[in-house]
Amino acid sequence: MRQNSKAFNRHGIITLKNVGKINPESIEDFIAHDGYIAFEKALFDMNEDEVIDEVKDSGLRGRGGAGFPTGLKWSFTAPLKVKDKFIICNADEGEPGTCKDRLIMEGDPHKLIEGILIAGYAVRANKGYIYIRGEYYLSIERLGKAIKDAYKHGYLGQKILETNFSFDLEIKVGGGAYVCGEETSLIESLEGKRGLPRFKPPFPGIAGLWQKPSVVNNVETLCNIPDIISKGGEWFRSFGTKKSTGTKIFMILGNVKNPGIIELPQGVTLRELIYEHGGGMEDDKELKCTLVGGAAGCFVGPDLLDIPMTIESLSEHGAALGSGSILVLKEGTNLIALMKNLMHFFKHESCGQCTPCRYGTEKLYRLICKISDDIARNKPDVNDLNEMLETAKMMQKTSLCALGQSPLMPLESAMKYCVIDEFKKRVIK
Amino acid sequence: MYKNICKNFEPKRDNLLLILHEIQDSHPQQYITKNAMKYVAEYLKISIAQVKGVISFYTMFSTTPRGKYLIRVCNSTACFIKGSDNVLEILNNILDLEKESITEDNLFSLETCSCLGVCGNAPVMMINKEVYGNLNEKKIKKIISDLKRGNK
Ligand SMILES: Cc1cc2nc3c(=O)[nH]c(=O)nc-3n(C[C@H](O)[C@H](O)[C@H](O)COP(=O)(O)O)c2cc1C
Ligand code: SF4
Ligand code: FES
Repeated sequence: MRQNSKAFNRHGIITLKNVGKINPESIEDFIAHDGYIAFEKALFDMNEDEVIDEVKDSGLRGRGGAGFPTGLKWSFTAPLKVKDKFIICNADEGEPGTCKDRLIMEGDPHKLIEGILIAGYAVRANKGYIYIRGEYYLSIERLGKAIKDAYKHGYLGQKILETNFSFDLEIKVGGGAYVCGEETSLIESLEGKRGLPRFKPPFPGIAGLWQKPSVVNNVETLCNIPDIISKGGEWFRSFGTKKSTGTKIFMILGNVKNPGIIELPQGVTLRELIYEHGGGMEDDKELKCTLVGGAAGCFVGPDLLDIPMTIESLSEHGAALGSGSILVLKEGTNLIALMKNLMHFFKHESCGQCTPCRYGTEKLYRLICKISDDIARNKPDVNDLNEMLETAKMMQKTSLCALGQSPLMPLESAMKYCVIDEFKKRVIK
Repeated sequence: MYKNICKNFEPKRDNLLLILHEIQDSHPQQYITKNAMKYVAEYLKISIAQVKGVISFYTMFSTTPRGKYLIRVCNSTACFIKGSDNVLEILNNILDLEKESITEDNLFSLETCSCLGVCGNAPVMMINKEVYGNLNEKKIKKIISDLKRGNK
């Protein structure tokens, strides 16, 4: 089965507009759907700073998880006078329950190339890399063909469209390591090494790939750029909320009737996502809670069904949006078992470079196993849960990269919602 | 053989992962041999230890033989909720795997992996480059027996 993008896609406004509608293997089809006109507009009608100002005006924030303002990120790299500067597209998409970038790359690869070209022009970069997960064979194949075709049509290479702008683009492939989604780890991996995260600062925008200034952006982030340039930042701001502009791709997964991917204006509530777009709960069961943002995400319960799913409103409630993955869990789900799955994930994916995370992820897994397996023998008590929490807090304060800082969020939020009750039910008879 | 693969890439360290992928894919048992490591190290002018270090960091690479069909079962969150444990158990049974993760005839090997990015179709597995979603016992049995039949 070739993964059919169409089956998932129901709407598309900006980033998913073409997905399922155009032939992803045909540059002609992309061009016929207004492809590359935004890049030409930037190249011929705007100077570099105007492009950055437009992106700043749009309010676009990174879609890779951290939500950093994109225009601002570019403005650190643009003024640096160095011979080599890079645009790196983060297509490592390893966050469990996240599949939006794959859908774009398989369904509309030229949109990504156009976004990268505009970014390259704006920060005066001369080369781009797309770092794709090794498991995404079809994405690699489609983007490979798209890049070839873009060279043939003069959108990549030397003196693009007879201007003074030259830009090369290459694909690099990962090897199956979640931590390589972290931008400095990704850069190490691009250099052909083990993906050990670097200490920040310096940030990649100043000293990244081979210590040269490198802008790292997520696939979805870059795919917003063409429309921002062709239709303007103000148009983009007409979608979404004041602080979270534009659209976001959500993945509605787990115990819903119609799991899938959907692009919506920012500001929708969890209730709308589950009951309207996800078709409601599977078997009409009650909702227990959701895991928002993948493994490094956060449990969000029914009490927050009616708040907007934006970075700012979730953070008011101590939660985060992350990649936009929403795993819906019905009443009766064994959260302790899910927690064990998450802790195993962190233990497995820790790069082992720094002690708090290497040791901490082991310890968290050991404790959750004690709690979840063979209760009669292990005799876990509430102290075990507290120790997990303390360990995760220590990791959050002292780990080198965000991976080691992540387990606290799911752990703390799960305890807030239901794990404690579930635990007591199981242990204290 | 390694020579022909390496030749397609400039001898630069940043091509290491791409070269390792191609070498692994070209081996009928989908792994990287000692000889291959040695050749790649020489080609890129780095030490064998550096090549080994990279191979051991990334889960997609293997230094031991795998099956002609490499089965990767996703056990990340969305698939876990939809029963990835069950998928593993069914596969273990059908393939008669106990301790080893490779079948006696070297046809299949079984591994777990993290999210394959097709979570809407959970639970999911990948066999070589193909993705199979919405798995249940009947479907898994059919997929495996079709592959077996194709090999007679
Ligand atoms: C452990 C870890 C994994 C990450 N994985 C990804 C990923 O798969 N894709 C991604 O775009 N960003 C990922 N990030 C975030 C990146 O470090 C970085 O913030 C992002 O690529 C910046 O792009 P943006 O500004 O467009 O969001 C990850 C971060 C961490 C700490
Ligand atoms: S926090 Fe974990 S993943 Fe990050 S550098 Fe330290 S050991 Fe590696
Ligand atoms: S969680 Fe299994 S494919 Fe994403």
